[in-house]
Amino acid sequence: MIALYIVTGGALVVSFLFDPTKTLMGLKKGWMKFYKTLPNYLFLLMLISLILLVSEDFIIENLGQENVFLGVLFSLGIGSVTMMPGFIAYPLSRILLERGVPYMVITAFVTSLMLVGVVTYPLEKAYMGRKATILRNIMSFLVAAGISLIAGILYGEIV
Amino acid sequence: MTKSTRNYLIFGAFLIFSLVSWILEYDFGLAIWDNFLVFAIDMVLILPPAFILIGLFDVWAKNETIEKHFGKTNNPMRFIYSILLASTTVGGTFVAFPVANALYHKGAKYSSIFTYVTAASLFMIPMTIMEASILGLKFTSIRLLASIPFIVIGAILLEKYFEKTGYQLPTVND
Repeated sequence: MIALYIVTGGALVVSFLFDPTKTLMGLKKGWMKFYKTLPNYLFLLMLISLILLVSEDFIIENLGQENVFLGVLFSLGIGSVTMMPGFIAYPLSRILLERGVPYMVITAFVTSLMLVGVVTYPLEKAYMGRKATILRNIMSFLVAAGISLIAGILYGEIV
Repeated sequence: MTKSTRNYLIFGAFLIFSLVSWILEYDFGLAIWDNFLVFAIDMVLILPPAFILIGLFDVWAKNETIEKHFGKTNNPMRFIYSILLASTTVGGTFVAFPVANALYHKGAKYSSIFTYVTAASLFMIPMTIMEASILGLKFTSIRLLASIPFIVIGAILLEKYFEKTGYQLPTVND
């Protein structure tokens, strides 16, 4: 976080020394983009706050399936529709692991959480277009399934 | 009513709902507000510098440079550049989408931007460190190494399809 500010500050100073007008133009462009997406961000944060609240218990209850593959499917589904910051997702995964949930299921959960964004759809659509957003999410879902499969093999949880 | 106005209205309603929850001590409403604050503080800190950088990138980055590293030539290094750029992107997909859009309009190939967006959510350095410290280095290494072939193959497949259909990313600006 601090690094981000140092880099931004440094970039601003250097940019300004080279060409003040261009820098101002850049700032204006950045502001316009920010201004255009701000309502999107606000709406999203609201939605995520609500989803996060109702999903935590649900996740703990449903990820510990007897059947590993069913557990993976559940994880992929839940991971896709919810969104949560790392400092909540990782401790939650830790709890699940301690309850005996296989690594494969955890991998599916963590990966789809990061990769597939059903709630971020409006934001992604604004920048990538509808078709790319839908296809990228489908692709990411499959990627998450593939990664968890490999984790399952490497941890010796399947075969 | 534009989409922006609608979202602002919904947000206004949310603020009122939270205020009422606070007055009436309605726990459910307060819990949502607490979650919201956690996210919002992050966003308030990350988004302004991120968008300043995006704006500066827009005016300074030469199309030829972007094309050379992320674009037309079939240089496989572009996947490595994309992943490196992604791992240093702060703010995850929230920041990665606008950056990907900017890259695209500067001449990056589809496979580069899809690798970038996907890797941005999987490879962020601060998050990866946090993950390794909580879930173990083995878990994190497996997750990262296993994902590289998948995201590259996925990105190439998407690119094939989009190039065939002549798809274009929307223009966001000014």
